[in-house]
Amino acid sequence: MSAAITISRRGGFSPALRQYGGIVVALLLLCAIFAVLSPRFLAFSNFVNIAQQVSVTAVAAFGMSWVILLGEIDLSVGSIIAVAGMVGAQSLSHGLGFVPALLLAVLSGAAMGALNGILTAKAALPSFIVTVATMGAYRGLVSLPTDGLPAAIDNDTWLYIGAENFLGLPVLVWVMLALFVVNFVAQSRTVFGRRAYLTGGNPEAAVYSGIRVDRLRVMAFVLSGLMAGISGVLLSSRLSSAQTNAGTGYELDAIAATVLGGTSLSGGSGTMLGTLFGALVIGVINNGMNLLSVPYFYQLIVKGAVIVIAVWIDVRSKQART
Amino acid sequence: MQLSAANAAVQATPVLRIQDVSKSFGPVAALKHVTLDIYGGRVHTLLGENGAGKSTLIKIIGGLYPASAGTMLLAGEPYRPRTPMDAGNAGISIIFQELSLSRNLTIAENIFAAREPAHFGFINNRRLYDEAAGLLQRLGFALDPRTPVGRLSLAQRQLVEIAKGLSRNARLVVMDEPTSSLGDSEVELLFTIIERLRAAGVAVIYISHRMDELMRVSDVITVLRDGEYVSSSRREETNINELITRMVGRPLNNVYPPRTVPAPPAETKPILQVSGLSAPGVFEDVSFDVRPGEIVGFFGLVGAGRSDVMKALFGRQPVAAGQIRIDGQPVSLRHPNDAIKRGIAFVTENRKEEGLVLRHSVERNIAAVRYAGLAPALSLARPRAERQTASEEVERLQIKTPSLLTLASALSGGNQQKVVLGKWLAVRPHILILDEPTRGIDVGAKFEIYRIIRELAAQGTAILLVSSELPEILGLSDRVVVMHEKQIVTTLPRQGLTQEIVMMHAAGAQGHAGEVTP
Repeated sequence: MSAAITISRRGGFSPALRQYGGIVVALLLLCAIFAVLSPRFLAFSNFVNIAQQVSVTAVAAFGMSWVILLGEIDLSVGSIIAVAGMVGAQSLSHGLGFVPALLLAVLSGAAMGALNGILTAKAALPSFIVTVATMGAYRGLVSLPTDGLPAAIDNDTWLYIGAENFLGLPVLVWVMLALFVVNFVAQSRTVFGRRAYLTGGNPEAAVYSGIRVDRLRVMAFVLSGLMAGISGVLLSSRLSSAQTNAGTGYELDAIAATVLGGTSLSGGSGTMLGTLFGALVIGVINNGMNLLSVPYFYQLIVKGAVIVIAVWIDVRSKQART
Repeated sequence: MQLSAANAAVQATPVLRIQDVSKSFGPVAALKHVTLDIYGGRVHTLLGENGAGKSTLIKIIGGLYPASAGTMLLAGEPYRPRTPMDAGNAGISIIFQELSLSRNLTIAENIFAAREPAHFGFINNRRLYDEAAGLLQRLGFALDPRTPVGRLSLAQRQLVEIAKGLSRNARLVVMDEPTSSLGDSEVELLFTIIERLRAAGVAVIYISHRMDELMRVSDVITVLRDGEYVSSSRREETNINELITRMVGRPLNNVYPPRTVPAPPAETKPILQVSGLSAPGVFEDVSFDVRPGEIVGFFGLVGAGRSDVMKALFGRQPVAAGQIRIDGQPVSLRHPNDAIKRGIAFVTENRKEEGLVLRHSVERNIAAVRYAGLAPALSLARPRAERQTASEEVERLQIKTPSLLTLASALSGGNQQKVVLGKWLAVRPHILILDEPTRGIDVGAKFEIYRIIRELAAQGTAILLVSSELPEILGLSDRVVVMHEKQIVTTLPRQGLTQEIVMMHAAGAQGHAGEVTP
């Protein structure tokens, strides 16, 4: 009972166990199952592989966590990933250097997020509808420069991100960890983070507390777009090209990671660390099933089931509290 | 209206007999042992202050709440409605003040909602519209039954609500503040309809705050106070003064801590000046001022517009005209953030909806304004300062909580209210707006909140106290602003003020105020 009415301040083993115990157990359990089923699963190279795969999803999921923390949803991140990759590839092929191309790619993500946010917060449309619409529209944008063909990338620095190691770990993983720290600090240690929690917990009370909730909503979508933009850069560098169908379905992985990690779909609670764990669970599921040669469409079904179960647990635990 | 002639005579047995009915919400008793007989062919008015128990009583009759104790007899038979549908089937029709219409459906679809004329599950549209048109015509309402309700004015919707209530062969019709959104001509139309219902032998329960109206329309007037039955009188045997005295006859006990510092003199420069503030349809031409250290009470009956004025002062209600000055400077308040930066704090009427994040901790809730709403977004949070401030407020307001990390939802109403107060006191406001600050909390917590209000005023905070409890208004205020129908009708000095005088003004019966002998 006291567990339900009191929350933990950071630190201490037992609150952490209560908060993350479930997902860590799930993660270990999945690893054990795949280890038994596939001898290749436990190889070190496979873990590096998982971490690389996870990095693309996890970065998008960090952005998604802001949006879901506010009780909103962003279904357009998969399309933003593709657009950002294409913007990067086109910038490079038009002779821009690495840094300007990177900035353009990432900022295009932020701009698409801003449009989502403005339509949601200022035009008062439900974010679900807005981002279903922009998911389609942004996906259409990707094909404009190449008529639907992939665009190859040959910039060495760009490709370095997706292929090389730095201090023994893939660069992709370093990027993910760095962005984790930034988002973690922003969410749990800044005034902006405090406002996001308050607004997600009770938007009306947040307005009465002096928070400009509309601006905050726009910012959350900008962050989601920005993270998806970075995720698009990571993916295009892994693939050495920008593909028009890149990132398809990644929004579901990002949502699943966020919700599995304990961010409530009704807003107001959740953590970035939980999202990181959630992304790892999704990554392990994807990787394990790939190793077992499970066809892609079965993977979709399994992930769908995982989302339903996670949301069900979220709803159940809320009922138990009231 | 198909009213059978057999009902026409006034019956000897009451249509509805309410016997010893009580209703409690947790520890709060909303209705205490009320016994009442409602007869056919009579208009029976229920009168009382906000929270007197009128609405609770009609919700029990209408099957929205079960009674906690007591029985009801409908034409001599036991009557125990579990749902509004039960009440409807028993011939009881309730016309609520809060409109219950679907905006996207037409008038006819709304009137016959859930009992449309149908064959094999298909709605017979022609009959639906014919019957609705006939009904509207008999009632004298000039409305096209095919109009979607969303396109109607508030007054027209009220007429549809009335038509819906009368579309069944009701033997008891309950009208809760039916005239609150109607214009004069529509009110006349309604009175004609009530007259016809009475002539047809239907029992009518009528609730209104408008004294002149109920003196016109009622046969019997029952006064309720604090959930208890006070009196029933025939209209011709009573008068407005007597009724008001009965409504407000609550004891003024001395739970109100006395002023320790004298009220600021009249020549003190006001900290807040409001002049000619208007928001069309919400409130009109509102002017008043408040001095530092002064407690100004705002009294009015439901719908008088007090809370909306307070929201305007807090940047949460757009205004069309008028001016707000703080310390003599005109200010523009477009968002609560503007108001907070000018030193205004607002403890709203609904602490759960607008005051608290229920699933956050006491600490986070107290820190919300000072460390989130007001601090720069890109600065680091200050967990230690948050904790320090929260524990200071918990101490100062004597908030009973197991720890600072307890969720706000786990606290009692009184302690939740103190958390809301704490989050505002943490920013040291110069102007504190309190909207129903003691609603739904126990007596002990009430007294502590009174003590805090007094202390703040003594320290120079200007306090605007909105309350529906007259004793609270009179017990704390230095001046009382009375609102009636979206306007300020008068501002009265505390000296020599009685509950009767305030209620007279609030009920729009100020013409009689002079006759009152306290």
